[in-house]
Order: sequence, then C-alpha cells, then structure tokens
Amino acid sequence: MEKIYSKEQKQCDLVQAKPETVQFLLNFSKSLEITEVNGIQFESNLN
Amino acid sequence: MPITKDYFFKIGRITHKTSLFKKRTLSLTKKVIVMEVQIEDPILITRYIAGDERALEALIDRHNQRISSFIYSKVNDRGITEDIFQDTFIKVIRTLKRGAYNEEGKFLPWVMRIAHNLIIDHFRKNRRMPMYQGSDSFNIFSVMGDDKLNIESQIIKDQIDTDLTFLIDELPADQREVLIMRIYKDMSFKEISENTGVSINTALGRMRYALINLRKVISENDIILTN
Repeated sequence: MEKIYSKEQKQCDLVQAKPETVQFLLNFSKSLEITEVNGIQFESNLN
Repeated sequence: MPITKDYFFKIGRITHKTSLFKKRTLSLTKKVIVMEVQIEDPILITRYIAGDERALEALIDRHNQRISSFIYSKVNDRGITEDIFQDTFIKVIRTLKRGAYNEEGKFLPWVMRIAHNLIIDHFRKNRRMPMYQGSDSFNIFSVMGDDKLNIESQIIKDQIDTDLTFLIDELPADQREVLIMRIYKDMSFKEISENTGVSINTALGRMRYALINLRKVISENDIILTN
C-alpha cells in the first residue's frame, strides 16, 4: 500500500516578543500612575 | 610570618574553607534561583500591585512565548504579533494598576482572552479598512490619487490668488463690486442687482467689462496666471 503520510509534520512556530517590546512595556508600567479622586480614577503617564 | 611547612598547611586549610564556602553559597544561590522560578503567578501579581516592577518582568518573561505564539498562530505576521502582544500587556498593566484584576481566574487564561479579543478587533478593523499592498505589476496609487495640491502647486496657487486680488483692486469700483459679489461671495446676478440697486442687465454688463478689463491688464503686462 502506498504511503500517503508526509514525512514532515507541521511544526508549531514558537514566537517570542522582541526584547524591545518587553522593555517598552516595563517602561510603560513604570511611568503609568493611577490617581483616584472622589472615586474617579485618573491615568497619568510620567515620561 | 616565616614560610614554613606549617604556613603552607594553614594556607591549604584556608583555601579549602574558602572553596567550601563558595560551594555552599553556590548551592544557596541555586536554591534561590529555583525558588524564584517557582513563584506562582498570583504572588507575582500581588507583588506587582504592591509596586514591585520586577514581578511584571517575571510575568512577561514567563508567558511571553505562549502568548506570542498564540497570537502568531492567528495573525501569521510577526509585526502584528508584536503590536497585539504590546496592546495586550498594556491592557493587563492598566487593569492591574487600577486594582480591577479579579483574583478568581487564572492569570494566563485571562491574558489569553485579552489577546484573543484584540486579535478579533484587528481582523474586524482590517475588514473595514482592508490594506492594499502594491506589487510590481500593479500599484494602487497609479489609479488612486489624492485630490489635494502638492506643496509646490499650493504655493503657486496662493501666489496667483494674491496677484489676482491686486488686479481686481485696480478695477473701477462698480465693476469690482459686481465681480467680488459674483466670484468670491458666490451670489447670483439677481441677488447682486438687489444688493447694488441696479438692474440684472447692468450687473451682467459690469461683470463682462470687469472680465474684459482684467484680461486686458493681464495681457498688457504679460502676467501668467496659470498653474
């Protein structure tokens, strides 16, 4: 019987976000400040 | 201290002790590293909310590959994957900092859900505004144009407009009045006749003379008023 299976199986691509993206997120997190006044939350980005 | 057998013996013992100390510290460090790895997500989240930024780094590093691969498996583009990954974590950071994170669910499934929603948003946005990429044989910009003038033509047009204003100022008052009303104020000859108190025919005649005079001045002075 003919072999109809392909030898190579579809490989799952493993991707990782670039270090710059991670660094950006960490900097964003550091700069983000949430202030709450009278129950209303304000976001401020201290760059 | 004189260098004797005893001296070498002592040095040997010290070195031995130092190496023992080194070994112990090394094993301790290893233990600490192992402990670091084993810190669970909820503890890291609590630490992050308390202000420890390193906890977020640990969280991102831990889940980076899984989340990125998940996004990539859907969008199949590295750049878009980076964008969605970034937007996902921006949402995560905002929610955590606002104290709106619900401890009941697990962290990773929650982040995956955010990423999933952003992927759907991305496809929706793309369907509304599909992106056309030109190829060598066909470029969309060859059939599609921007009706705005480029900066050079705009400057020339402004120059012509200014020149024309000077020429119009040179016209006799009655002709100038009709021309301004017709061209700049976009009034009909009926409205012009009502406003100036002359008949429609007079207004038409003044407009005609205004144009004739303008043309005459332009040709006499060799003024070029074309773009």
